Amino acid sequence: MIDTGDTAFIIAAAGLVLLMTPGLALFYGGMVRSKNILGTILQSFIMISVISLEWVYIGYSMSFGPDVGGFIGDLSWFALNSVTSEPSANYATTIPQNVFMIYQCMFAIITPALITGAFAERMRFGPFLVFSLFWTVLVYNPVCHWIWGVDGWLGSKGVLDFAGGLVVHLTSGAAALAAAIILGPRKGYGKDSFMPHNLPMTLLGTGLLWFGWFGFNGGSALAADGIAASALVATHLGGMAGMAMWTLVEWLHRGKPTTLGAASGAIAGLATITPAAGFVGPNAAIVIGLLAGAGCYYGVTLKGRLGYDDSLDVVGIHGLGGVMGTICLGIFASTAINPGGADGLLAGNPAFLGTQLFGVLVVGAYAFILSWVLLKAVDAVMGLRLELDSEVSGLDLSEHSETAYS
Amino acid sequence: MKKIEAIIKPFKLDDVKEALNGIGIKGMTVSEVKGYGRQKGHKEIYRGAEYIVDFIPKAKMEIIVDANQVDEVIETICQAANTGKIGDGKIFVLPVEEVVRVRTGEKGKEAI
Repeated sequence: MIDTGDTAFIIAAAGLVLLMTPGLALFYGGMVRSKNILGTILQSFIMISVISLEWVYIGYSMSFGPDVGGFIGDLSWFALNSVTSEPSANYATTIPQNVFMIYQCMFAIITPALITGAFAERMRFGPFLVFSLFWTVLVYNPVCHWIWGVDGWLGSKGVLDFAGGLVVHLTSGAAALAAAIILGPRKGYGKDSFMPHNLPMTLLGTGLLWFGWFGFNGGSALAADGIAASALVATHLGGMAGMAMWTLVEWLHRGKPTTLGAASGAIAGLATITPAAGFVGPNAAIVIGLLAGAGCYYGVTLKGRLGYDDSLDVVGIHGLGGVMGTICLGIFASTAINPGGADGLLAGNPAFLGTQLFGVLVVGAYAFILSWVLLKAVDAVMGLRLELDSEVSGLDLSEHSETAYS
Repeated sequence: MKKIEAIIKPFKLDDVKEALNGIGIKGMTVSEVKGYGRQKGHKEIYRGAEYIVDFIPKAKMEIIVDANQVDEVIETICQAANTGKIGDGKIFVLPVEEVVRVRTGEKGKEAI
């Protein structure tokens, strides 16, 4: 039966999550050099078209359609066949199914957009579109089904992911690692410095992402209820604790608190609380945010030591955040907060921590391997990397014949 | 006629301009430039990593004066732009062959 309060809430939450993709575009756009800003922004924006199209025809059906062997949904909901304003029997049973469908669409859009930070400033636009489309079909849709689909095999094993620590952040982080390695570093990496060209833009993007995250995590309760409320509170506390901790660690380590550090810490905290948001209490959320701020700070310094050019730190912030959040959920989960969830290590259930670790390993390995194969295939057929002179003149001019600032 | 090019710290630009007005200098051209000398660059921090920025912002002023004013102008700039710290800048003096005022076609000292 349709509940108007739930429906109104998820309709609003869908709008909030949509806004995160333009927010991400600004977050990333400010961090690249001025010659690449339009190309970087468009790589996020255009996902709204590419993935929405994919989603209504096959993506929604693959992710949430009738289960085939626990692995994937069948295509019986092709082109939204039978997806109407009537509630689904299985998902979000108090809102129209087309509202649930479009809300989930926004998650599918932002996930491949997140990957773009890893290959920023050097990937050709056409191959990027092909990669993103196939990646959503081959990685996002199956993993989404495994965890959130009825009878998905990881969900059936008890793996929990409230709003996308595994489905969104770990899949995109693992793909980002593969992409950064396969595309190789930008020209001059390690020699020249690649400084952000407009940090106020990055901070504006951070604000929009934080705002949208209330819909991302709060809406994942799929009802305007107490679980949505605790998810909303946990989300805000995770973000603020991440920002505080990153700023503090950077201040101690490098002698100055930086604005980019504050923004990075906020996003790290928000990404890390995502899988746990509706399953943990406020005190646990603060601890998770603090761990995220320190852990992801360490994570972004890894690329220097390991030598890959993850340009905008998708691995260090989203990948590591997804992993840490999913594991923290195994520690801090409490059925006192969400009776539909689980008890974690601290509530005397170490087995659940093992389940979460298993989920991390499976999703991380699957997303990394599939992304690797897919990138190699697209590279062989089309060539992923910009020509050197195009890279030097920048994405904006070479790929789009535009200049952002004139 | 001489051209005086002075590279100075940007925050000293107003002081130098006022001082030059005080000795009757009626015009100048100013640009924002970047460079380095003995001061070298500075450190910036992005996501926990330190970068050395070689080129630091400076103000460059170009002034055309009669040859007999050169010493006075140099002294004025040195006084007004001095902070006593490394990076105060440099002054270059170059010969100028001709000056033409576009509106009237006047040439030489009259056109300065």
